[in-house]
Amino acid sequence: MYALLAIGFSLIFGVARIVNIAHTAFYMLAAYCFYTLLVKTGLGFVLSGLIAVGAVTLFSVLCYRLVIEPVREHEAAVLIATIALALVFQELMLFTFGGHFLGIPSTLEGAVRVLGVSIPYQRLLILVVAGIMLAAVWFVLYRTRLGLAIRATANDLEVANLMGMNVHRVAMATVALSVSLAAVAGVVVAPVFVVDPFMWLAPLVTMLAIVVLGGLGSLKGSLIGALIIGYVEAITVFAVPAGAYLKGAVALIIMVAVLLARPEGLFGVAFEEER
Amino acid sequence: MLRSFIVGLAAFALAGIFDSAAHAQTIKIAILGPMAFVQGENHWAGAEMARDEINKAGGVNVGGKPRQIELIRADTNEIQSVPDATNAVERVITRDRADFLIGGFRSEAVLAMQEVAMDHKKIFLGAGAAHSKLGQNVEDNYSRYKYWFRYTPTKDVDLARTLFAVMNSIAQQIRTELKTDTPKVALLAEKAVWTQALVGAAQKNLPAMKMEVVGLWQPSATATDVTAELSAIDRAGAHIVFTMLSGPVGIVVGRQMGERNMKAVAWGINVEGQKEEFWQAAAGKAQFVSTLDTYAEVEMTPRTVPFVRAFKERYKKMPTYTAATYDAIHMLKAVIEKENTLDAEKLVAAIEKIEHVGTGSIVTFDKRHDLVWAVGKTAGIAVQWQDGQKVPFWPPTVKGMKPFKLPAR
Repeated sequence: MYALLAIGFSLIFGVARIVNIAHTAFYMLAAYCFYTLLVKTGLGFVLSGLIAVGAVTLFSVLCYRLVIEPVREHEAAVLIATIALALVFQELMLFTFGGHFLGIPSTLEGAVRVLGVSIPYQRLLILVVAGIMLAAVWFVLYRTRLGLAIRATANDLEVANLMGMNVHRVAMATVALSVSLAAVAGVVVAPVFVVDPFMWLAPLVTMLAIVVLGGLGSLKGSLIGALIIGYVEAITVFAVPAGAYLKGAVALIIMVAVLLARPEGLFGVAFEEER
Repeated sequence: MLRSFIVGLAAFALAGIFDSAAHAQTIKIAILGPMAFVQGENHWAGAEMARDEINKAGGVNVGGKPRQIELIRADTNEIQSVPDATNAVERVITRDRADFLIGGFRSEAVLAMQEVAMDHKKIFLGAGAAHSKLGQNVEDNYSRYKYWFRYTPTKDVDLARTLFAVMNSIAQQIRTELKTDTPKVALLAEKAVWTQALVGAAQKNLPAMKMEVVGLWQPSATATDVTAELSAIDRAGAHIVFTMLSGPVGIVVGRQMGERNMKAVAWGINVEGQKEEFWQAAAGKAQFVSTLDTYAEVEMTPRTVPFVRAFKERYKKMPTYTAATYDAIHMLKAVIEKENTLDAEKLVAAIEKIEHVGTGSIVTFDKRHDLVWAVGKTAGIAVQWQDGQKVPFWPPTVKGMKPFKLPAR
């Protein structure tokens, strides 16, 4: 989940220089959309998931056109606008669904024991879906014309513009691609977690830690950063059981340490070379 | 210009007179709660039921004149913001002219709301917060805080007494069924002020009760994943997971224990586990999760079963403990009619002496204006989720209790 969120966040920053604080709020919207379609209207898992991802992706494009694009040239304004957007989404969900914690049935029931550890099938499904999505992102970026345009824009926005690329449209496509990753995360993770209006906050902090660790704008860095932060969180619980609540703080400490020691993150240099 | 001013002034004065007259006809009770959340919904639902019953029966008799109850719905938003809660109390007292205040849930917010209510010398019946400080204030500074009474729940220290009483009964069942002399207990407490005293008490008392504490795990109240914690608890060979959880992590614990087919049974406080929606929220995986609770269709008092059935019929779900606003309003009616006044000073003295038979408890107050703890009266009940149903199992002396079940091994 962390990898899907962090890669999407990094992608939109790398291409359009948009720090989208509302990124995990779209993940929350997708989880609510999936809940409504699956539990309230009774559509199946696959149909509910596809509609939820599609609807949230389209909605993100609308939000981009109406809220982000008009202020895109001003980074501080974009930051504030996306924070506002996330809070609006949170309050809308609170108004619509109340502060209830909602559960979604597992797509796959049961668990398998590996080396004495019980792993539910739903978690294996998340792993598989995350793998497929990451492969799909790689394919789009490196094997399609859209991917070429995205990479070109990420390399140099002005030159891409001078070469005749519609950089605004590329940015919009990148927003759609990155939010679709967040929406997929919302759909596959919702059956494991609890859906509530504040569910976007905790992953936001972890996601920021990951992208700083991996290098802001670096997709490879985001993937490896997600693995590192995930393991660090688990190790924290095993090493300090009474300090399990500190796992979020440990991620933030890593973020601060990286900012102090290597502000460009683990793969920031490689990323700069790519640029 | 002058004429317009005089006409306006007269209209304003008349409005004031009519407002006062209308005010004199009703008793205004502000229901304070986080209305977007289950706790506030139950505050309001319990109050609505009491209002409708009392008004239908002619209202509250004050000095021979019947007065209708008028409820003021005050969304404190206290789960998200303590300042919002104090603003709500200020508003209902100064603008809406509430005569009495009932409700509150989050201890930090209720402590702040208590201050505002005491500034205005308004009787405030707490119906949600457990922190001892609320009652300690009454003992430390009686003349200022005497208008505060905690109608539900019992204070945190007394919650611990109930938890250990039930824990003892579960441990005994484990000793018998699993042939082990010293059941192993894992403490799983969210990191919060209210769990500190409980954790300390558990670490001190459980060994004395011939139980082994295998460790303490403290996730965040909003943690969305406790896989690592449950893996460690599994490896420690715990028979009981002693939960102290008020946040959504309670759902995650219930669900993930089920998904992992854990052999340990969860007992303790799991506020989410008290709600009707818990089974659905945990995707039907929270089999055998048990928690302290207030309402079930058992005869805690003669009024419990009729209330629970009426509540379920009206709201299509079980009440949670904050629905005790129902009892608090009935208690107010009783003391107002007995004293024939709305004067706070006289009513405080009357409430201090009352024994009120409510729907979830039989209430008497101590010198801190806290509930006097007693099993079968105010200690509450224990329930366990079995196949989608919340099954009451403790105290065994109450009619209608069912057996507690352990996961198959």
